[in-house]
Amino acid sequence: MKVRVIVMPKTSVLDPQGVAIRNALKEVGLEQVENVRAGKMLELDFATPPDQRKLEEVCHDLLSNPVIEDYVIQVTEQK
Amino acid sequence: MKIAVIQFPGSNCDQDCLRGFTDGLHVQAEYLWHKETSISGYDGIVLPGGFSYGDYLRCGAIARFSPIMKSVIQAAKDGMPVLGVCNGFQILCEAGLLPGALIRNRSLHFVCQPVWLKVENTETAFTSELETGQLIRVPVAHGEGAYYADSNVLNELEASGRVVFRYVTQDGKVTSEANPNGSLRNIAGICNEVGNVAGMMPHPDRAWDKKLGSEDGKLIFRSMVKTLESAGRKRTPSVSAARSSSAKATADKLCRPTA
Repeated sequence: MKVRVIVMPKTSVLDPQGVAIRNALKEVGLEQVENVRAGKMLELDFATPPDQRKLEEVCHDLLSNPVIEDYVIQVTEQK
Repeated sequence: MKIAVIQFPGSNCDQDCLRGFTDGLHVQAEYLWHKETSISGYDGIVLPGGFSYGDYLRCGAIARFSPIMKSVIQAAKDGMPVLGVCNGFQILCEAGLLPGALIRNRSLHFVCQPVWLKVENTETAFTSELETGQLIRVPVAHGEGAYYADSNVLNELEASGRVVFRYVTQDGKVTSEANPNGSLRNIAGICNEVGNVAGMMPHPDRAWDKKLGSEDGKLIFRSMVKTLESAGRKRTPSVSAARSSSAKATADKLCRPTA
């Protein structure tokens, strides 16, 4: 089983990295881009499916910091 | 009296912190490896700067789950003085001992320079030797030092006097030019509700001797020592630190929950 965890800075948190990337995109000709936010994606492989509650817990406590980030869990491969 | 300087893999200001106590103040201090589980025998704790676990995931995110941290969290709740410097501040926020978080500097640059700080709270275990409004010169060195918390938390911190240090100009003005990293409201250091836990991005460990360019940081270490001395006079020396009923920290509603 493969699980993707996508961690993004909250919209209320200034993301200077996203701003720098947006400016670079405009430089290279993608003038229409208005906003970029940079987060991270983690791919977790499991031999057997994890306990859902435990997975949520580690996303909340370790993989993201709820003060500044939100996360989404996506199951990308069931088996 | 004995101070524990916690060493995580990637700590790199541990020696500076230790020497600040042993050489700067002639106070006993020892390294305590993060794999240890007990802080018994120590009276105060310093979480030094550096790049614990390579800053992987987020600064301090992995160090927060180091074996020693359970004891650190418990000791903090019991009233022992705990000071987090730079990466140590990041770890304290991740651990839920202090509210908010430290995020990427607004400039995206690593900043390494002396800064001016205004002391705003002298009621903490780390500022008793300073005056309210006093300006001190201490260096910063970080890439992720912009203090962030939502506006409710910031207002609560301000209202309860928990902003301990603020970045200011040489003449004490809170301006954006004086702010090296984009910290909200120029916040450089904060404390918990009872003042026994504090975190700061600037390095007192790099400013405890004139040879280092400033000895203002020594006042912070000396405050910690004085706090411990006065606590020790009231109780037996073996009883740790500023542990008194009034110094007991309650669950801090502003922090992220501790695991």
